[in-house]
Amino acid sequence: MAVTERRGGSLRAPGLIVLLVSVASPWAIAATLPEDNVDLLYHRYEGGGMVIDGPSVLVRKNVGPQVSVTGQYYVDSVSAASVDVLATASEYTEERTELTAGVDYLYENSILSLGYTNSSENDYEADTVYFSVSQEFFGGMSTVTLGYANGWDTVGQRGNKSFAEEADRRNYQFGLSQVITTNSLVGLDFEVVTDEGFLQNPYRQNRFIDPNDPNNFQYQPERYPQTRTSYSVATRALYYLPYRASVRAEYRYFSDTWGIDSHTYELAYVHALNPRWSLEGKARYYDQGQADFYSDLYAFENSQTHLARDKEMSSFSGITLGGGLVYEWKQTSLPGISRLQGSLLLDWLEFDYDNFRDVTAPGNFSPGEEPLYSFDALVTRASLILEY
Amino acid sequence: MFSELKAVLPAMTMVVAMFAASGCSDIKPWVKPYERDKLADPVMSLSRHGKASSYMHHVYQSRESTRGSEGGSGGGCGCN
Repeated sequence: MAVTERRGGSLRAPGLIVLLVSVASPWAIAATLPEDNVDLLYHRYEGGGMVIDGPSVLVRKNVGPQVSVTGQYYVDSVSAASVDVLATASEYTEERTELTAGVDYLYENSILSLGYTNSSENDYEADTVYFSVSQEFFGGMSTVTLGYANGWDTVGQRGNKSFAEEADRRNYQFGLSQVITTNSLVGLDFEVVTDEGFLQNPYRQNRFIDPNDPNNFQYQPERYPQTRTSYSVATRALYYLPYRASVRAEYRYFSDTWGIDSHTYELAYVHALNPRWSLEGKARYYDQGQADFYSDLYAFENSQTHLARDKEMSSFSGITLGGGLVYEWKQTSLPGISRLQGSLLLDWLEFDYDNFRDVTAPGNFSPGEEPLYSFDALVTRASLILEY
Repeated sequence: MFSELKAVLPAMTMVVAMFAASGCSDIKPWVKPYERDKLADPVMSLSRHGKASSYMHHVYQSRESTRGSEGGSGGGCGCN
């Protein structure tokens, strides 16, 4: 986990995310199991002093007409020198490995999915079990999905073998997908997530004004509440244009018991150049309010019950501009391969913080007068999907 | 804002109830399976990139406090 990874119990299992949303999502084709496939991905995130990259391999295989099994291997190789690391610790490298196994069972117009994910790194262990049911009805025009996941995390700390804390998490999901016309779809998602336990990052610290020198500050450990419940609701619409292209619009609202709320807006466009090649682009805007107990600089030590200076708890906004090139070859002449799809996707992200200051900025600043922090990042995804 | 979201819940329940009730009404599915070729086109799929699609959720969850309702990584139209 280390200094730079944010806590909150929601990010330990991207494999869980893919399985929950690709099979259980109401956007999925409810009454048909996915094709047998191998999904290969190289991912790279570079920005804000961080480089995180690695492979992902997912294999899906049908066992008879009603059962499909999946296995996934995913790696994050982290090289970290972010502002959080440089402020209170030293640059480091680490690796996180994730394994996921899942099974989908098709029964008439329903798909029942069950899965397990383990995420492991030198100071963090996370196990998650999920279950979902997706039901198609109204002539296939409507699909409802209900999902539930339960996670058990063990939080450690490098250099402190006696440190071991627990965090449990439950996700409750509801999704509805609705065909509107022959060229338009809408969807609605609602999700409640509850956490209980050690929800902070044991490496991160917050700062307060030095009582002996108001031109200086000192650090103290973070202290988060031991429970958190969040609600999110999202709506999205897809429209097929008069030529072979589509537009997608999404909005999501989020709110939690820590006082954080956010709005996410996304607009995307996919344009087919010819039967095999297509281009796509997207723009995303994110805006978040701070947690009630967040402060960039506390007036004195232990000035309140809960203390946080995680920049992810602050007030900030972010934009993403993305684009990609996709090659799709249906009914290939390759032996054993029925369909091939290769993609190269690039996303540029920028985050601007409203009340998180950069204590590593060069120059002499009084506490609370440092420049506000911002950073950008480039995300690269190279994907190859082979259906067989 | 938290209370506002709670206020949305009854409305969502009503929407679900409405869809459930539609199964018992005279309203028939107006988009037939054979009319869903555009909806089944890969350019209309939200899960077109498989794992690469969900990876972006991981990127955002690591840097934002928001979580849940990512939903959009699935794809398709209920068109078998």
